[in-house]
Amino acid sequence: MMLVRDDVTPLNRTPLHGLHVALGGKLVPFAGYEMPVQYATGVLREHLHTRGSAGLFDVSHMGQIKLRAKSGRVEDAALALERLVPQDIVAIAPGRQRYAQFTDEAGGILDDLMVANFGDHLFLVVNAACKAADEVHLRQHLSETCVIEPLTDRALIALQGPKAESVLARFYAEAPAMRFMDAGPHRVAGIACFVSRSGYTGEDGFELSVPAEHAEALAKDLLADSDVLPIGLGARDSLRLEAGLCLYGHDIDLTTTPVEAALEWSVQKSRRRGGARAGGFPGASGILEQFAAGAPRRRVGLRPEGRAPVREGAALFADEASSESIGKVTSGGFGPSLNAPVAMGYLPSSLAAPGTRVFAEVRGQRLPCRVAATPFVPNTYKR
Amino acid sequence: MTTLFTSDHEWLRIEDDVATIGITDYAQSQLGDVVFVELPKVGRSLKKAEAAAVVESVKAASDVYAPISGDVIEVNEAITAEPAMVNSDAAGKAWFFKLKIADKSELGSLMDEAAYKAHTA
Repeated sequence: MMLVRDDVTPLNRTPLHGLHVALGGKLVPFAGYEMPVQYATGVLREHLHTRGSAGLFDVSHMGQIKLRAKSGRVEDAALALERLVPQDIVAIAPGRQRYAQFTDEAGGILDDLMVANFGDHLFLVVNAACKAADEVHLRQHLSETCVIEPLTDRALIALQGPKAESVLARFYAEAPAMRFMDAGPHRVAGIACFVSRSGYTGEDGFELSVPAEHAEALAKDLLADSDVLPIGLGARDSLRLEAGLCLYGHDIDLTTTPVEAALEWSVQKSRRRGGARAGGFPGASGILEQFAAGAPRRRVGLRPEGRAPVREGAALFADEASSESIGKVTSGGFGPSLNAPVAMGYLPSSLAAPGTRVFAEVRGQRLPCRVAATPFVPNTYKR
Repeated sequence: MTTLFTSDHEWLRIEDDVATIGITDYAQSQLGDVVFVELPKVGRSLKKAEAAAVVESVKAASDVYAPISGDVIEVNEAITAEPAMVNSDAAGKAWFFKLKIADKSELGSLMDEAAYKAHTA
């Protein structure tokens, strides 16, 4: 669990902290917050329960930001945000959201985020470790035309898994009508929430932004359903890894472009060369050149051939004997739904085809792995 | 037969000059769900405090150290086949390896059960 803190500043707590303690959560530092890495159920069973039933996650440590144009028109907020991301934000219809990245002048990724159109403003969800820097970034570039409002008084709860819809429907009758990447303000159990049909597990599910003062009561209502268990960050990580989803600071960072990170699908044609609003985001010329000419390396899925997990930081080699490392593992661990180790890392584009055999160095041994397409476990999004 | 413990949460069952070694129930509960175990090769000579085996949870890998010096005479393939056994029976069926004790005086610096219980209290 990566953490950067000075051991003197106390950790932040989410609105559900008391609940985690009451539920026997094992609390650890994460992105400056005290968060449950698991409950008594354990990482393995929490992971499997989410894929088989419904898991409830506290992700309130993440940043929630309201971006409103001073003109009052959401199109202006969208055009403004397009100056910072390679995605088409203008085309996000009201009630829909999209995955995006903040890029920098070198074409690297500052953070990845979700952007929703709530009709008269945009609603952004950013990573916990980056939220302070993201706010500075937004203010630095957009404060002339936009009002940037971090929503610090709201919790964020994820409900994920095949039973998530039926559970949520008891508290929000229209939940079954939502499809993947729908997002908007809705009353859940009478509480004014923002609901999106999305998540970070590869399963169907929802994310609920809840006013802090109502978060514990809503979480308890959801947990009272026999299909729901509380799930910690340990299982959140193994779920997203099996889903082939990037973790900022690991699979994507300042040194990776969206093309190298195999995120080209998230850059709509309108922002690419020849598109209506081509470029105009930091690092555009280099990134768009990579779209045209290819990138030297690529993020891939990896399936170790043995039972030993291959973890972040392991060097990758083209064969058992060569001394030149050709890449690196950026995420790796055990996939409970596959009952096998899985990993992601970067390889030269010429070696990125699924089925390619490479070797990961683990404890001085070269372990064979095959490049694999992601997701490792099929998504079950309700499109 | 004597059972001794280390501050690193390993247990040893001593019978004549053979030590059966595993990790304690406390250790498995701290580790979480075990998904992979790597055992030393039979015949390997281990020195006290040397990394002897690896036990991995979903999230992280941990080393198991040789609590005393000796030659590996047997390893427990059952736990490589079924790593979850380490969680369900750490103190019993999920032993890791057996050593032919090289130097009985090394046993003197280990803890008895009462001392180990106090250590993890």
